[in-house]
Amino acid sequence: MRSQYCINSPNAPLTTFYFVSGLHFHRDHTGTRLDALRITPVSDSKGVLTVSLGGEWRYGVGTGHPTTLFDKQHSHGEIKKIIFVEDDLTFWDSSLISFVKKTQDSAKRKNVSVDVSRLSPGIKKLLEIASTIPALNDQPPERAQHSILLALGFSSMRWTHSFADTLEFIGELLLSFGRFFRGRANFRRVDFLQVLRDCSANSLPIVTLISFLFGIILAFIGAAQLKIFGAEIYVADLVGIALVREMGPMMTAIILAGRCGAAFAAQIGTMTVNEEVDALRTTGISPIDFLVLPRVFSLALMTPLLALYAIFFGIIGGALTSQIMLGISFTQFITEAQNILTPTQFALGLIKSFIYGILVAFAGALNGIHCGKSASAVGVATTSAVVMGIVTVVMAGAVTTYIYNLLGV
Amino acid sequence: METSSTYTAQQKPSEIKPKDDVHIRVEGLTMAYDDLIIQQDLTFDIHRGEIFIVMGSSGCGKSTLMRHLIGLMRPAKGKILYDEKDFWGMNEKSRVQMMKNFGILYQSGALWSSMTLAENVSTVIEHYTDLPKDEVKDIAYLKLSLVGLTGFEDFYPSDISGGMRKRAGLARAIALDPKILFFDEPSAGLDPISSRKLDDLILEIKGSLGTTIVVITHELPSIFAIGDNSVFLDTETKTMIAYGNPKELLENPPQPVVREFLTRGEQ
Repeated sequence: MRSQYCINSPNAPLTTFYFVSGLHFHRDHTGTRLDALRITPVSDSKGVLTVSLGGEWRYGVGTGHPTTLFDKQHSHGEIKKIIFVEDDLTFWDSSLISFVKKTQDSAKRKNVSVDVSRLSPGIKKLLEIASTIPALNDQPPERAQHSILLALGFSSMRWTHSFADTLEFIGELLLSFGRFFRGRANFRRVDFLQVLRDCSANSLPIVTLISFLFGIILAFIGAAQLKIFGAEIYVADLVGIALVREMGPMMTAIILAGRCGAAFAAQIGTMTVNEEVDALRTTGISPIDFLVLPRVFSLALMTPLLALYAIFFGIIGGALTSQIMLGISFTQFITEAQNILTPTQFALGLIKSFIYGILVAFAGALNGIHCGKSASAVGVATTSAVVMGIVTVVMAGAVTTYIYNLLGV
Repeated sequence: METSSTYTAQQKPSEIKPKDDVHIRVEGLTMAYDDLIIQQDLTFDIHRGEIFIVMGSSGCGKSTLMRHLIGLMRPAKGKILYDEKDFWGMNEKSRVQMMKNFGILYQSGALWSSMTLAENVSTVIEHYTDLPKDEVKDIAYLKLSLVGLTGFEDFYPSDISGGMRKRAGLARAIALDPKILFFDEPSAGLDPISSRKLDDLILEIKGSLGTTIVVITHELPSIFAIGDNSVFLDTETKTMIAYGNPKELLENPPQPVVREFLTRGEQ
């Protein structure tokens, strides 16, 4: 009898598949015949299908699929029982177990009984183990489609929780400030100095590069527009005011949010995962005093200094562009900028950067402390820290600009 | 079955015969994450100077119980009493003061990664005492030597093996000679010999300092080697189904699931 069903061989790219009278064998790319698995099904008039398993069953060479037994063996009507027997089975591995198990599962769905009692004890034992894994008592969490209103409700509840957590954190931070100024906070100077170095000296290269390029961009935009009105010299005013009052502090804060805020969240988040934060709490040491305060102080101190540094390099970039594009000399540029950049302008910019520094550190520390207990949670905390840091910095920038405007400064 | 040594879910808390000198009493404790109940109606006593085992299959709430006992999670219902004082009923300041009596060994060791081993131990001592720096250092070195880590004082946690981290965690836990020691899965991740050595260390601490020790574990050799008393938390019924000496529970299991657990399902 020729082919009654087919055996899949998806994992054997180097072999060619042949089928003759229920015997399956493969040839490798050189044409050498490989010993292969054999499945010989014979059905009788009572609906009993006897499946002989023979040859060599090896992973990656080929395997059988039970649907072929059910779909193609109808010479004596409907199958009621399948009996597995061995016929010169020379080698088997999990591919055989998988085939028999899949047949058992398919048969169960079709109310067909399967007899494996004639297979060797090793195969029977593995089939038994594979079939007796107890079902979980707990059902997986429901992933039902919620209505929009329900989803809105859940989302509001999550937002409320998150808002409450943030308020609690602000409260703890304020208490911690109080303890610090009374000299009762558990504050390690070594940690403070370490964070200070990470946030300052190590950030200099990136701040230099970004601020210098930003100064060039600002001058380019200004030069193109002001040239139309013959007011090229005011490029110095534009670059100076923009950098000192707004963009210098904001750029620095955004760089620090990506660099230090993310690092804070990752460091504290990892400590949360490793139970180090729990260990602090149970020792009676406030994690806010110990971990958050040094970071908030570091950024509150370093962001204004780095902003000044960024402003300096931004102005250099602007002056260079003005010289090349507009022929304004370096001295002319600086003299014009000096006229507009009063100490008040610098003070306003530094106040902003002080606020930004606190916000970036706050976002990093908050997300680190509220980090979940898994490695992926650290990733989420880090991302949230950067996003929250940038959003709060931009929002604070808008609010302070509005206030400055109201005050007429 | 002896009612004095074993407790089943069918018994009411009032039927448990109290022994003398109860150090920790758990009364009708229900633990929950929001609406999800982890365990309920837990009532048992831990006596002074005994090694008390909290056992049960993975995910039954053993570590959650420890978080309630050490002040990291507030009970949804019920009380935890230390020397008859309601731990969660007192104000935070008193609770933190009481936590000074606790030493905790976390599953991962939870050593502060930015500090050396000596600094990990001395930070705890500095926080609670006014000892001069030299003396703090001496005590920290002593504690590290007690757990066999002499010479590793200036190593960072990342420089030592898992077993050593656990021992360093123990040195930090015993830094203040606590009255109660909590161990969360002390044998997790340790080879059998290190695990056995840690068991010996726990017995030595109990013998020499008379510390009450609460051990969260499902390691059978440890349970039988060191446990004086135990409670079994069941995942299915979400409550305790056995209370008593582990060896007695093995001889006289109150529920099939307890026998199955204590015999690794071999009987």
